[in-house]
Amino acid sequence: MTTSLLLAQLLNGLQYGVLLFLLAAGLTLVFGIMSFVNLAHGSLYMLGAYAFAVVGTQTDSFLLGVLAAVVTGVVVGFVLEKVAVSKLYQRDHLDHVLATFGLVMFFNEVVRMIWGPQAVFVSLPEYLSGTIEIFGFSYPTYRFLIIAVGLLVAIGSQWLIHKTRVGMLIRAGSVNPSMVGALGVNIRFLNAMLFALGAALAALAGAMAGPILSVQSGMGEPVLITTLVVIVIGGIGSVHGALYASLIVGVADTLGRSYLPMFLRQVADRDIANAAGPALASMLIYLLMAIILVVRPQGLFPAHKEK
Amino acid sequence: MLAVCAAVVVVTNANADVKVGFSAPLSGPVASVGQDQYDGFMLGIESLQGKFGGQTVTVLKEDDQLKPELGNQIARKFIDRDKVDALVGLGFSNVLMASLPRIVESGTVAIATNAGPSPIAGAGCISNVFSTAWQNDGSAEAMGKYAQDAGYKKVFLLAPNYQAGKDFIAGFKRLYKGQVIDEIYTQVNQPDYSAEIAQVQAAGADAVFVFYPGGMGVNFVKQFSQAGLMKKLPLLSAFTVDGTTLPSLRDAAVGSVSGAMWDVALKTPGNAEFVAAFRKKYDRTPSLYAAVGYDTARLLDIAVKKVNGKTENKAAFAAAVKAAGSELKSIRGPFSFNTNNMPVQNYYAFQAVKDGGNVTVKQLGTPLTDHHDVYAAQCKAK
Repeated sequence: MTTSLLLAQLLNGLQYGVLLFLLAAGLTLVFGIMSFVNLAHGSLYMLGAYAFAVVGTQTDSFLLGVLAAVVTGVVVGFVLEKVAVSKLYQRDHLDHVLATFGLVMFFNEVVRMIWGPQAVFVSLPEYLSGTIEIFGFSYPTYRFLIIAVGLLVAIGSQWLIHKTRVGMLIRAGSVNPSMVGALGVNIRFLNAMLFALGAALAALAGAMAGPILSVQSGMGEPVLITTLVVIVIGGIGSVHGALYASLIVGVADTLGRSYLPMFLRQVADRDIANAAGPALASMLIYLLMAIILVVRPQGLFPAHKEK
Repeated sequence: MLAVCAAVVVVTNANADVKVGFSAPLSGPVASVGQDQYDGFMLGIESLQGKFGGQTVTVLKEDDQLKPELGNQIARKFIDRDKVDALVGLGFSNVLMASLPRIVESGTVAIATNAGPSPIAGAGCISNVFSTAWQNDGSAEAMGKYAQDAGYKKVFLLAPNYQAGKDFIAGFKRLYKGQVIDEIYTQVNQPDYSAEIAQVQAAGADAVFVFYPGGMGVNFVKQFSQAGLMKKLPLLSAFTVDGTTLPSLRDAAVGSVSGAMWDVALKTPGNAEFVAAFRKKYDRTPSLYAAVGYDTARLLDIAVKKVNGKTENKAAFAAAVKAAGSELKSIRGPFSFNTNNMPVQNYYAFQAVKDGGNVTVKQLGTPLTDHHDVYAAQCKAK
């Protein structure tokens, strides 16, 4: 339990948190501002990863792969919004869940039909596959890139929402969409854009995760659950809340996984600690969410101040 | 047209001499494992001109979706409705265990091609239930022996936190006498292993042993390799780097060592022909799951011959399957059934290596020869 190991684990937590943020930002915007529950967000993440894997391997270019993922996200997001999602805004949340759950199964099956059940190969260019020595650990260069991209997106989304006209309309639309519409703003188009933006971020997350995770059908569901925890903790609809909550969840999960079994061994028998440690560590973020829901149901950093 | 075809099939079914019910996970994250078993099995039947012991074979196929309750239903359907002569496949250990009650009651021959759980290898062994794959501990024991022989003083062990994960860690430790620095159990289907990999780095081990089947293995090996550890720290594994994951890992797996009873690199009689035929038919490289499927078809051929096609006498047919084990010229090398109907076979060590532009495996050695599992001593069946 050295300091350098702790620092390395904090770095791991930061990197995991940043990756979660890319997913959470889009989900929280769609959920909070359009009041739409989108379980298919994980599918957009998966499609991004596949687009990255296919184009990146074909062209042998990392950047083209990422670009392909983002374009796929925007296009699929836009089409999805027009064809399915926009018909459901007025409906109950349960209908959203049912419809988007159907989409999850649809996308998983489509991917399996095209690329088969095996994980697809993802290449990483030479200049990104090295390691950097830090705190006495060799740390993959690529993970620093993930951190950089995540932080850039965080800054970019803050700027978009708080400093631009589009951001102002988005904020206005979240409070009173019909009034914004009455003022001559095309609120339907604004929603479609917002949905496509969220989809693009999810696809970007998929592309960034592609080289470190197995790209296969159904890869979006486990991460979607964690993302839902993040947006509940952060406060639904709040992008800066999503950022802080992602980092909290990322660090809590990483430290819990690495230190909880160790601490349990100090107080309990080794066999019991080995059995209970991982179980408790996997519960940690859900416990955190439950506690926050009790103490602060609106989340830690809600989008709208309490009236 | 379809109706006509179906009618023809039904007519032949009525006269069909051998009917086999095949089940495996054919959808979801482990679908490639099930598909390989099926393709290998069908290739085996094809190599026998579609006949077992001169009798035409009909194969019924079901997807168990890795759900125990579904596996149980499928076994019941095959036995009660389809009246199959043999069940083949039977899925992962948990699915097999759930299907057992009806199989035991009916006495129908059942051949597991992906599982050999310890409860049916010891005191709970069953005369009509076989495994042509492995007793679950075998590959892990082989890696434990390999680590012992290689002189690794300190090892670090990792596996998912469920029964098979614990069995594999226990299997590794059975034949490894050195120091286990630490063993970590991770969440099932955990995507990111950076925290665990940092702990491995900090621990100062001589080698690492992992059991991460399917997508978990792809994640772990990619991340282990990206952390630059593949060159510094030997990675030993079981069911992690295999024919189903190697195509998606490629260079990331180079250097890792796996314990298994079969891989494409084996120079056993008939193996090169099997690999070539599989590649020609399915346009991919077979995995050990496909090899087990192939062997199972050839085993059934011998067994049906032994009873002259009279599979109705279930006890006699089961005895014939058992005897056929010793006659089978398995593509994995020596093979026979132990008293508990688990395979007695070699376990090899394979290493992923670069071969020109491709990544393939080469055989490093044979840590366990004619390996008998430890549970057989408790089995009272003959």
